[in-house]
Amino acid sequence: MAKLILSMETTMLKEIPLTKERTTIGRKPHNDIQIDNLAISGEHAVVITILNDSFLEDLGSTNGTFINGQSVKKHFLQNGDVIELGKYRLKYVGEVPQQTSSADFEKTMILRPGAAHQPAPAAPMAPAAAAAPAPAVPAHSATSPGMAAQPPLARPAAAPVLPLGAIQILSGANAGKEMELTKSLTTLGRPGVQVAVIARRPHGYFITHVEGANFPVVNGKALDAQAHPLADHDVVELAGTKMEFFLKN
Amino acid sequence: MDMNAVLEIVTRSDPGSVRTNNEDAVMANPQRGFAVLADGMGGYNAGEVASGMATALLGTELEKAFIAREPSSMDASGKSWAQVSLEKEMARVNATIYQAALSQPQYAGMGTTLVVAVFHDNKVTVGHIGDSRLYRWRGDEFSQITRDHSLLQEQIDSGLITSEQARFSQNKNLVTRAVGIDPEVQAEIHDHDVLPGDVYLFCSDGLNDMVDDEELAMTVGALSANLDLCATQLIQMANDNGGRDNVSVILVRVKGEYPAARGWWARFLAWFK
Repeated sequence: MAKLILSMETTMLKEIPLTKERTTIGRKPHNDIQIDNLAISGEHAVVITILNDSFLEDLGSTNGTFINGQSVKKHFLQNGDVIELGKYRLKYVGEVPQQTSSADFEKTMILRPGAAHQPAPAAPMAPAAAAAPAPAVPAHSATSPGMAAQPPLARPAAAPVLPLGAIQILSGANAGKEMELTKSLTTLGRPGVQVAVIARRPHGYFITHVEGANFPVVNGKALDAQAHPLADHDVVELAGTKMEFFLKN
Repeated sequence: MDMNAVLEIVTRSDPGSVRTNNEDAVMANPQRGFAVLADGMGGYNAGEVASGMATALLGTELEKAFIAREPSSMDASGKSWAQVSLEKEMARVNATIYQAALSQPQYAGMGTTLVVAVFHDNKVTVGHIGDSRLYRWRGDEFSQITRDHSLLQEQIDSGLITSEQARFSQNKNLVTRAVGIDPEVQAEIHDHDVLPGDVYLFCSDGLNDMVDDEELAMTVGALSANLDLCATQLIQMANDNGGRDNVSVILVRVKGEYPAARGWWARFLAWFK
């Protein structure tokens, strides 16, 4: 369950779990989070929570709502965001779904009407350390119990430590030209005649034949239809042009 | 009409790099010019059962329907036979899976997404339910033809979240429509014009959650001359990025025009078929 941590200067005042679809923030007593301070408007802002996502909306407050130092009207809250209202700060701690296994995390589920008002189904609130047997969720129990929290989707941090590859043309009109292979795919050759593609993958570069009667030749040997890993200083011949693959540092 | 001459179709399905089972299912009938992709859900192996039932049933029933009548022929209501058949057969698949889920306790709650496309008369009739997608590569343009039936898409539509923010959402995997969950389901069915040279990509969310649209576009654009390699590459990219879900793709390249026979003679002959 996501929560807000209310603090002023260095003192932590309160922790508020975001259980409701609308959690209101303001000076007046009817607010879910009441902050009795004249810098705060009567109805200052609201946090809307839909399953695992929360959004902050300023309700036209006099002094405004700031997130991470920026004035906002509406904001999609991300883990660690700090909401500033006058001297008060509310830190948003997003829920990292603690499901029984990483495989279930991506599992497609049907959303039934009305379900949006309940907390996400497969997210037990008990800490993962509790030895209680996992609830009904089947299969994939292979993951260790103290599994590290999943990073929010985005991109897996697969930032490859792969050195950048490049090719240099050795023959023909463009001899001497160099091209860096920064994209995940780079096509070479002439469409309709002979084309090959170099794929950049986390563990290296691979060349594959795409079209044409002739297959590319690497270090004097013609390839088959399979992808072929490229090593530093491999010489590739394609559509009558020679080129050298090399790794940059 | 035998569509083999104008369509090149490649289907591929992979469990991904995390899961051991594959709940996706794909099928194509190149002769009749249609293809089906389903992404199943439900405990144990029920997801596989649901997606398998969907592709198998649609495979046989649509083939029967299109042998009986040309998909482009119009019925009294002004709809093409392709549209009528998709509507009818998708409803039937829904009812069958729903019944199976009710009658067998181990299948309770199973369901599947579905994207089906029928190529006929220089057009494609596309039916879908859930968040499996159809994209089109034309010229230099890559566009998504289907609109997901998902919570996230609804949030994007209502302006709550932008499509840039959507990739950070924690609610990615919630579909608002699926086959086999309720006694009835509304399939979304549309016709689109087709041009020679178009490449169509059907995929389960295991692809588009792992690989962003620009990368998909680049891959389909670069490798459209070799669909086999293109399919392999797409699946590899999803797996290189984590491969957290099953990944399935169907690629269809349109090699030429395929207008329906319209002359009086063709219609006359059709009478005797």
